[in-house]
Amino acid sequence: MSEVKYSKEHEWIKLEGDVATIGITKHATEMLGDIVFAELPEKGSDVEKDGTAGVVESTKAASDVYTPVSGEVVDTNQEIVDDPSKINQDPENSAWFFKLKIKDKSEMDSLMNKDDYDKFAKENNT
Amino acid sequence: MGTKKTSLYQLHQDCNAKFVEFAGYQMPIQYSEGIVEEHKFTRNHSGIFDVSHMGQLFIYGGEELIKDLEKIFPLDLKNLKLNHSKYSFLMDKDAGIQDDLIITKIDEGFLIILNAACKDNDFKILKELLKKKYKMVLDENRSLIAIQGPKSSQILNEVVDGVKDLNFMSGNWFLFDNQKVYITRSGYTGEDGFEISIPNNFAEKLTRELINKGSKLAGLGARDTLRLEAGLCLYGHDLDKDKTPVEANLKWAISKERISKGDFIGSDIIIKQLNDGVSKIRVGIKPEGRIIAREKTKIFNQSDVHIGEITSGTFGPSVNGPVAMGYVENEFSKKNTKVFLEVRGKKYAANICSLPFYKKSYVKGVNQ
Repeated sequence: MSEVKYSKEHEWIKLEGDVATIGITKHATEMLGDIVFAELPEKGSDVEKDGTAGVVESTKAASDVYTPVSGEVVDTNQEIVDDPSKINQDPENSAWFFKLKIKDKSEMDSLMNKDDYDKFAKENNT
Repeated sequence: MGTKKTSLYQLHQDCNAKFVEFAGYQMPIQYSEGIVEEHKFTRNHSGIFDVSHMGQLFIYGGEELIKDLEKIFPLDLKNLKLNHSKYSFLMDKDAGIQDDLIITKIDEGFLIILNAACKDNDFKILKELLKKKYKMVLDENRSLIAIQGPKSSQILNEVVDGVKDLNFMSGNWFLFDNQKVYITRSGYTGEDGFEISIPNNFAEKLTRELINKGSKLAGLGARDTLRLEAGLCLYGHDLDKDKTPVEANLKWAISKERISKGDFIGSDIIIKQLNDGVSKIRVGIKPEGRIIAREKTKIFNQSDVHIGEITSGTFGPSVNGPVAMGYVENEFSKKNTKVFLEVRGKKYAANICSLPFYKKSYVKGVNQ
């Protein structure tokens, strides 16, 4: 069974086997406003836990996207690059950002479950 | 001193506005539909903007005031007809822009609309330059509501009869709910529209009526994307004390007759720059891909030499792509010159282009 976990940087991560799918949360998209640009990591590159792994820009500002776990980028979602408004429409499902082959499953342990994240998001409404 | 609120604050809250502090005011950056929708609705229908934070400066006087103001503004004010408006700027002695503004000739003198962040300083400067000879009122008792977009004339005319007959860049007094309101056909979105100066107590009532007739509130976020697509400058970003009107490519706003006299503040620098040219100049910049180049982004030429900086940049919803303005060295200012923008450490291709990015649809009015 795959459980979705959440980071303090407002990413969600869903682990299936040793492949994790990562995107940004609905809460994040609401804070950002209309997303008009997305940049993803390169396929085949390695990313480190809490490191930058992409950028989203709204009409207002640019924000880095971080990866909540380390791994090798095995897939990226070109659809959101071609039409970034999809991120606002379906952030926690079809508008995923990238997939990682992860190195260390224990990195998932420090992340939040849905209830804890919802509470965290409510308290950090900025 | 806390942040100030405009008389529409409650209405903004009722419409789920997200607020930002801007020039000491709590202002709506957007409402629930978001910047892109508000932008598009303004372009296609009609958007209402609370711009009450801007300064409404009334200066009362006659012939002598006109002469004194001509020493300050590079305008042919003696030939400015009653109820007609001009875009201008307040310059220092080096022709650095201290504010940009709209000045309108009214019965008793002039009405000058000033930027919120500059208005108190402008007031001080003008008071000193005019040697306290004239009554000057920076009116905090009036709100300023802009209604912009192709349906605005029809909508506003249903609420204030007669406004549809105004010509572009002209105004008049009208009655709303037995209150005197001063309405000009103007704005800062690249669309046909109006700005309404109205007593604070009646601003919400007017705005609600405009909403009932089909217009929608739009925030400062949409105002910014609209004005940038229209190629219009934002003070503190595209204009400041280190830039002159010639460098800002605004020489169209300087009266030729006044240049020939050369007797206004900063005129020697303006004349020199008009004759000799300038080293940097404001241009439109269109990135080739989807990359957004924001303010302070460095601009490079094809030989990787730093030639300028972006002063405003965003995503243009009507252009459906990124748009930017900035200053480059004069020799790279020609249309279609290829430049490179440094964003997050990488260089992206862009082209110098003519402004505006989005074609204006100003209505001249029925009398012209």
